[in-house]
Amino acid sequence: MHEAGIAQSLLAIISEEAARQNARPISAKISCGTLSGVNDEALRFAAEAIAKDTPCEGIKLEIEHKPLQAQCRDCNITFDVELSQPRCSACGGENFKLLPDAGLILEEVEFQTD
Amino acid sequence: MKKVDIAKKILSENDKHAFENVMFLGQHKKLCLNMISSPGSGKTTILTRTITDLKSKIRVGVIEGDIQTDIDAERISRTKAPVIQINTNGACHLSAVQVSAALKKLPVQDLDLIIIENVGNLVCPSDFDLGEHGKIVVLSAAEGDDKPIKYPGIFAKAKALLINKIDLLEGGLLDFDIERATTDARRLNKDIKIFSVSARNGEGMNAWYDWLAESIKAL
Ligand SMILES: Nc1nc2c(ncn2[C@@H]2O[C@H](COP(=O)(O)OP(=O)(O)OP(=O)(O)O)[C@@H](O)[C@H]2O)c(=O)[nH]1
Ligand SMILES: [Mg+2]
Ligand SMILES: [Zn+2]
Ligand SMILES: [Zn+2]
Repeated sequence: MHEAGIAQSLLAIISEEAARQNARPISAKISCGTLSGVNDEALRFAAEAIAKDTPCEGIKLEIEHKPLQAQCRDCNITFDVELSQPRCSACGGENFKLLPDAGLILEEVEFQTD
Repeated sequence: MKKVDIAKKILSENDKHAFENVMFLGQHKKLCLNMISSPGSGKTTILTRTITDLKSKIRVGVIEGDIQTDIDAERISRTKAPVIQINTNGACHLSAVQVSAALKKLPVQDLDLIIIENVGNLVCPSDFDLGEHGKIVVLSAAEGDDKPIKYPGIFAKAKALLINKIDLLEGGLLDFDIERATTDARRLNKDIKIFSVSARNGEGMNAWYDWLAESIKAL
């Protein structure tokens, strides 16, 4: 499963930061670009399984999806791409350039401080 | 409660190894392509035909990624091309660290081109960069012409698209519309090179070979 590999890398970064902070991670905020095709449920399921019996056990994931954006070459505006019907939102044209996808980013982690 | 800003790429560990591979390939000045598709679209068949047809012109080395077995590496071996098999033991994609180890086992100096056959999967491999110069996506006619919009990630990122098994379009058994697949792929990726081929009977393969030769020269 796709999300297992992502969850593993994610928890590795969080564990490292937890060791640095010497605190228990409670929640993490993640953003996902459209092209990564992350399924929230699968990512949460994988993270839960991997975090079991580690300092990350029980961590909550807040997952934000970032739309894929494009820039129209004719009217120069930037718009969110509707993948099933990719057209410029202003002129309806197809002469656009896709902007780099947002990718998978761990934005922030919340730690317990007692 | 304490909030800590991280702002780090989740796959940064993989990206680090991918960068090592970029450096390695750069030092040796070798072109490396990462072939991605659903299971059974014909990646290995395209490879064996390509290696055989180009034998006197381009020396190809292969890294085979499969969840299990070395069946595909065996098929490549029969062409006499050097091949390294990676078994991911369940993982649905190759990662850069695995490729890094495999690259070191190939006789890289004696090659002109390295092709990585990724694990059959149209989703995950497109997120895991391996340090390659380009991704090649293979779509076979039997899978349906709606795949570019259903799985946009790989079609948006690929340098080239091979539409394979076009021999099956004769006789009207399949309703695959090459025009539709091509238009949708180009909407996502204006510069994508598209080759309609049959790895079975060799139709259309020459244009793909020419592109490979040009890409090697352009490196
Ligand atoms: N008719 C036809 N069959 C093809 C063509 N290319 C491949 N095949 C057949 O499709 C089947 C799968 O081909 P493979 O080359 O093993 O596909 P693959 O993408 O390497 O498969 P995995 O590595 O398992 O993902 C085999 O039975 C091939 O003979 C083609 O152009 N036309
Ligand atoms: Mg294969
Ligand atoms: Zn997967
Ligand atoms: Zn416009």
